[in-house]
Amino acid sequence: MSRVLVLGAASAIAEAYARRRAAEGAHFGLVGRREDRLAAVAADLRARGAKSAETAVADLAAIDGIEAAALNVRARFGDPDEIVIAYGTLGTQGEAERDLALARRILDTNFTSAALWLLALLKDHPAGAPLTVVVIGSVAGDRGRASNFIYGAAKGGLDRFVEGLAQKYAHTAVRFVLVKPGFVDTPMTAAIAKGGPLWATPDRVGRDIHRAAMRGRRVVYTPWFWRPIMAIIRALPWFIFKRLKI
Amino acid sequence: MNELAADGGPLAVYGRGRSYGDVCLNDDGRLILMDGLDRFIEADWERGRVRVEAGLTFDELIKVTVPRGWFPPVTPGTKFVTLGGAVANDVHGKNHESEGTLGRHVTRMGLARSSGDVFVLSPEENVDLFAATVGGLGLTGVILWVELQLLPIRSAFMEAETFAISNLEAFFGVDEESRDWPYTVAWVDCLAKGRRLGRGLFSRGRHAETGALTVHDDPKVSMPIDVPGALLNVHTIGLFNGIYRRRPWALGRKTVHYDSFFYPLDAIASWNRLYGRRGFFQHQSVVPTKNAEVTTRRLLELTAEHGEGSFLVVLKRFGDRPSPGILSFPMPGVTLALDFPNRGQSTEHLLAQMSDVVMAAGGRLYPAKDATMSAEAFRAGYPRWREVEAKRDPIIMSDFWRRVTKDAI
Repeated sequence: MSRVLVLGAASAIAEAYARRRAAEGAHFGLVGRREDRLAAVAADLRARGAKSAETAVADLAAIDGIEAAALNVRARFGDPDEIVIAYGTLGTQGEAERDLALARRILDTNFTSAALWLLALLKDHPAGAPLTVVVIGSVAGDRGRASNFIYGAAKGGLDRFVEGLAQKYAHTAVRFVLVKPGFVDTPMTAAIAKGGPLWATPDRVGRDIHRAAMRGRRVVYTPWFWRPIMAIIRALPWFIFKRLKI
Repeated sequence: MNELAADGGPLAVYGRGRSYGDVCLNDDGRLILMDGLDRFIEADWERGRVRVEAGLTFDELIKVTVPRGWFPPVTPGTKFVTLGGAVANDVHGKNHESEGTLGRHVTRMGLARSSGDVFVLSPEENVDLFAATVGGLGLTGVILWVELQLLPIRSAFMEAETFAISNLEAFFGVDEESRDWPYTVAWVDCLAKGRRLGRGLFSRGRHAETGALTVHDDPKVSMPIDVPGALLNVHTIGLFNGIYRRRPWALGRKTVHYDSFFYPLDAIASWNRLYGRRGFFQHQSVVPTKNAEVTTRRLLELTAEHGEGSFLVVLKRFGDRPSPGILSFPMPGVTLALDFPNRGQSTEHLLAQMSDVVMAAGGRLYPAKDATMSAEAFRAGYPRWREVEAKRDPIIMSDFWRRVTKDAI
């Protein structure tokens, strides 16, 4: 039966996806910062069918501790056949441009720590064993935009990183799913006014991730309409793009 | 909750907003949205007892419980309501005569108040607050979680029987004969007059003993836009009624999935859009047994005279299982529920007339469905309302409560 390791298990998107895996009877290792939240998620997953759900507290963004934490996680939960990287921080672009510590936190959390976790977990992965790695990116990473380039660059960097990993592991039993959500109604976006057809629920995103993971798709935009939207945005020549207020 | 209180301005608690009127609305105010609080906290699949966060819907609940052989003991006519909202409205289902309202099956619940306290309420603990919270329209605080005793089922299918009834007398007759069917309901042609008043279809069902425990699918059909309101008028509704009554495929005994038996309307997401931008009003009342036939006749006469049609006219008997909730709607007698396309003054006038008839007969209206109940009608129908007002959390207020308690608190 599937052993799923979730980094950032209290994230709304992670939880929505995990619920679907729980219904399939998976075993879970849930890692995050807040013990009480992790316990609540674990109880929910067990009620929904997870064969087991264990928790471990860790500050996923603490870069210096990643190598040790990864060993710890493997010791506690064993070798997973699925890893989900679902933690992140949005920050506020305007503030981060002036407050370098905030900017650094956004970059380190969303990119550097995630990249290092991937390396740490892949390092000790038994050769030849099947593994699916689901990484939550963002459409924000598809192009550098004035309104959100700090978070966007971190997610864009992660996109490149995962792409490289996918090429490296292309002919092995390790495969990667890079998920690119657009606007999702979660605690991360609580401060942003919502409304309009572009906003998705975590449940919808969880469902799209589930489908993509089952089919082995490498990059999935969720909901689907972000793929054509971002294709256009990426394709816009500079003289047009520089004029847009996005 | 303390932080919310500090910001000033009252709040109303909002589940999925499926109540038809204003019980969970707060004009120009703020709402506490409960949809994120949707986890299972504990589940005992041997005993069929689950503890869930109040924002979980029946839809999500049954997706998990049905494959394990458990079903909600009482379910309203739509799956897309939260457990918290269902307890706050003390919902009833087609099986009121045998199981009463949902509040009877709540073993415990957790309530947060702006004082900072979180209470565990049950029929044994904090009993006054429990009684005020069941059917309490979200006014006593935020229901955080609900523990429910579920009903064991062997199959996701129902044995159902549907047959024609020629008029209101026939309804009462058949209803008597259906005592050993746990689920009963009638649909009535509200445009039928005279001898045919109350003609329609009677439906009764029970959980099947055999069959798979398959879960329902998500709705595939949705009304994408509001249709012009004029589309629903006495002629189209009359036509619909004529066809619906005669559906040959619906009559007789059949095995149907719980989804079509309990939640037929859910098949079309956003069905309310059929009523167009002006929307609709619903009247749902209950009148006591002793007056039931006479009053129901009068209500149907009013509707037929008025000429305003309604597709969804439900007639059902309520039993005498008491609810623990102070503001619980059902009483032993008969309930009638109808929708009316909103035609402005004439619709409001009809609703007021119907309200008068109900109140004169010693009945009452259902807050969960109401948008026009007068303060007098409310207070007459729920004479113990002040007990709930006494337990209301000071930072919580809804448009409904403001409307029906104005000048009195």
